[in-house]
Parts: sequence; C-alpha cells; structure tokens
Amino acid sequence: MLPVVQLKGVTHAYLGDREASLAIEDLSLEVEKGEFVSLVGPSGCGKTTLLSIIAGLLKPSLGEVSVSGRLIQGPSPEVGYMLQQDYLFPWRTILDNALLGLELTGNLTAEARQNTVDLLADMGLAGKEKAYPAQLSGGMRQRVALVRTLATNPGLLLLDEPFSALDYQIKLQLEDLVSETLRRRGTTAVLVTHDLSEAIAVSSRVILLQRNPGRIRKIFEVPEEIRSTPPLYARDLPGFAELFHELWKEMELAGREGQ
Amino acid sequence: MSRNGLNEMPNSRAEWLQQKHQDFKKQKRRWSSRVMAVRASLLVLFFFFWEAGVRLGWIDELLFSYPTKVLRQIWSDMASGSLWPHLGMTVGETAVGFVLGTLLGTLLAVIIWWSPFLSAVLDPYMVVFNSMPKVALGPIFIVMFGAGFTAIVITTLSITVIITTLVVYNSFCSVDPNLIKVVRSFGASRVQEFNKVILPASFPAIVSTLKVNVGMSWVGVIVGEFLVAKSGLGYLIIYGFQVFNFTLVMSSLLIIAAVATAMYQLVVYVEKLLLSRL
Repeated sequence: MLPVVQLKGVTHAYLGDREASLAIEDLSLEVEKGEFVSLVGPSGCGKTTLLSIIAGLLKPSLGEVSVSGRLIQGPSPEVGYMLQQDYLFPWRTILDNALLGLELTGNLTAEARQNTVDLLADMGLAGKEKAYPAQLSGGMRQRVALVRTLATNPGLLLLDEPFSALDYQIKLQLEDLVSETLRRRGTTAVLVTHDLSEAIAVSSRVILLQRNPGRIRKIFEVPEEIRSTPPLYARDLPGFAELFHELWKEMELAGREGQ
Repeated sequence: MSRNGLNEMPNSRAEWLQQKHQDFKKQKRRWSSRVMAVRASLLVLFFFFWEAGVRLGWIDELLFSYPTKVLRQIWSDMASGSLWPHLGMTVGETAVGFVLGTLLGTLLAVIIWWSPFLSAVLDPYMVVFNSMPKVALGPIFIVMFGAGFTAIVITTLSITVIITTLVVYNSFCSVDPNLIKVVRSFGASRVQEFNKVILPASFPAIVSTLKVNVGMSWVGVIVGEFLVAKSGLGYLIIYGFQVFNFTLVMSSLLIIAAVATAMYQLVVYVEKLLLSRL
C-alpha cells in the first residue's frame, strides 16, 4: 500500500537578511496509513518546519513531498493541521468555528453540518454550539480546534505541539481523547512535541531529529503493548521507562553535538 | 459577624450578602450622582461668571458677548428660520465628508493590504501626506473644484482619508498571524483570507476610526467654510468676525459644539450596535 506521507530528499533553507541557514537537509521519511508518528528533537532541529512543509504551507527548497501519492503543491483539505493553541475566532460561535474548514473548502452541506454537531457532542461539547470561545476553558477550546480540524475529514492530521499550552491534567485527558479518536477514524497522524513521554505514549514510532542541519538521527519503534494501551496507562507499563531513558540519552547527545 | 455564625444561619447569610450588594450599589449610585452634580455646577458656574463678568464690566462685551444675548440670538435665528440653511449645509458637508472619508480610507487600506508591493511603494508618500497640514491644500481645492460644497468635502477628505487608511491598514497587519495560518491550512484563497479573518478581526478597529473621523470631519468642514463658503456655520463665524458681531460668532460656536457632540454620540451608539452584533 502507498504510504500516506512520503518525503524524498527534502532540504529547506531559510533565507534571511544576514544569512541563509539550512533548517533541514536531505530528509527522507515515509509514514504508513493509520500510523501515529512523533517528531522530537532539540530546539532548532526543524520539527515545525517539517510539519509546515508536509502541510503545504512551506515549499521545500529541494525535494519532493507527497501525501497519499499526490505531490503537495499547497495546503489541501486532505491534510488537517492543528496548532499549539486553539486559535478559535473570537467573533464566531463554537459551531461556526468548527464549521470553518467546511466553509472554506465549499463543502458545507446539511449532512456535513450535522456530522460536525455530532463530533462536537462526541468531544463532550454538546450544548456549547452557540457559546463563544471566550466562554470556554482552555481544554474545551482545544477540543473545538480538534473538531474544526477533523470536520473536513482529513486522511492525515498534523499536530504541532497541540497539548503544550494546557494544564497537565487536561493535557493527559486530551492525549487520550485524540489518540482514541484518531485510532477509531483510522487517521494517520504526525505529532511534533518536546515532551518525550507524550511522544512515546501516543505514537507507534518516535523519530528523533538532530539540528544544524535538521536530519533524522534515530528512529525508535514503540513496542506493540505500549502502542495499543491508552496514553494515560501506557506510562505505567514495564518497558516505558526504559524507552524513555534511551530516547532521553540520545536526545541529550543530539543536543550537545548540534551546538 | 463571624464565619461560623454565618454557616449556622444559611438564611441570614443570603440576607447578609444581599445587604452587602445593596450597600455596594448605593455607594456606586452616590458616586455617580456626585460626579453629575459637580459636572452640572461647573457648567452653570461657567455661564454665571461669563454673564456676571460682562455685566460687571470685567470682561469686554464686544469681544465675548454674554450668554443671555447669545441664547437670544440663537433663539431668534431659529424662530426666523435663518439658522436652518446654514446648519443643514454644515451638517450635510460633515456627514458626506465623514462617510466618504471612512469608506475611501478603508478601501485604500484594503488595496494596499492586497498588494504588499504597492504598500511598500506608497509608504513614504502616505507618511509625507499624513504629516503635512492638509488645510494648506485648501486654496488648490478651491481652484480645482470651485468655491462651494465640493471643495469643502474634498478638504475634509484630505484630512480623513489617509489617517483612516493608516489606522485600518495597521489593524489589518496586526491580525494574529496564527488565525491566518488556520485558514491557510484549509487552503483558503486570499479573498477568503480577507473575508473570514482580516475583515472581521479588524472590524472593531474600523469602527473606532469612525469616532476619530467625526472630529476630523468637523475640522475639515469648518476650515473649508472659512475659506470659501457662502453659507454654513463656519461662514457665520467668519461673517460675524468680519462685521465684529461676536454674539453671532459665539452662538455659532455653541451650535457647533452641540451638533458635533450629538453626531459623536450617534457614532458611539452605532459603534455599540455594530459591535454587539459580532
């Protein structure tokens, strides 16, 4: 089967006034359908750049990116993108916020609308449709943002540290909700995070990047047992701590060498 | 009353809370009535000393006139109907200048937002034009458009348009880039980006330029009328000055103050209405 994400020799340079710097160099990667892949690495390793490239928001200087076999030319509704914060539009109601993607892609049918209402209810947001973002808590708002992203039914979901701005407890709950929802829908996901235990708990593969320039340093396979357990409980499984330490040590090395 | 005491008597706790709330409201009412009282007495005192000063000979009557005479003048002008054409003219010019200025300024802001290249090209010209005293262009407008309504409205526009453009364009640029990223990630076009994010996000800023523009429009219109007009409140001031009828000047000033305030309050009301709909 065709991989959902395919990067071939992707290189990206940032051009500034003072210098041109290499954010990513010759990076190749494949993500299979239904996989949950995490990108971790020291700051400045090009994680977020990589995500923007897959989303079609940035055009790589060199190399090819395809999603489901199609070359990426720009953003498409097939790829959902979730940001660090909810960035809901304060002047729109919750439902109108959730419908934004459908509106923009011209797919706002009565059926799609109903699906979105149901999806909001699934996320525990029933009855909040007419509220405004300012009336909701941070965790609820991020769930609305998730619904907004899923409403267009993307085959691939890109998550850019979507839990980092939340309280610890809310963060754990949301990790569970997201990983469970994606598993049920069979959505492929790529997560950027700086939280190593989150990366191990939710994903099937953790990809460690190194910086200067950004490259894949090492790929860690998460054992089946941890993979199939909800993130909150996965953290207590045997094997989890060992993998965490292994990843942590490698990340330390990557951080030191990149300086 | 102690905490324990309150817990033992839930009924009296509610009463106590209500009592506190009543006290709080009473205090607030007292404060605002004090403000109102001092405010009103300032106004009364001002008119009183003006009147008394003139009558006692401390202030020159010829230069400053006095309140009862000014009010009599306004009343007789209103009764004879000679005030209305002047008032209508000035209000008409101000309203047209205000509406056109806001619309054109916003439109210009949209155009330069649309084309960052154009924005970069025009930037120094806008800065120069904005810092220049536009009133100085008055004579040119009179030559171009003839002494009358058009020249006055153009003078007003020269004052309002560029500042509106700058303020609105700035608010377009200060929209959170992440909101734009959200719509871009759905593949939004530039038109959609504008309609769905830029415009609604800067709507409050656009509405608040309305308030600034009301004041600006009055400046433009009165100055325009000083320069050219044969009617209007600005004309009455200049005319009163030329024939040394300062009662006419003062009464025109008083009317301008009243009408400009009314217009400002109307805009504030419209602003509230528009923003509450968001």
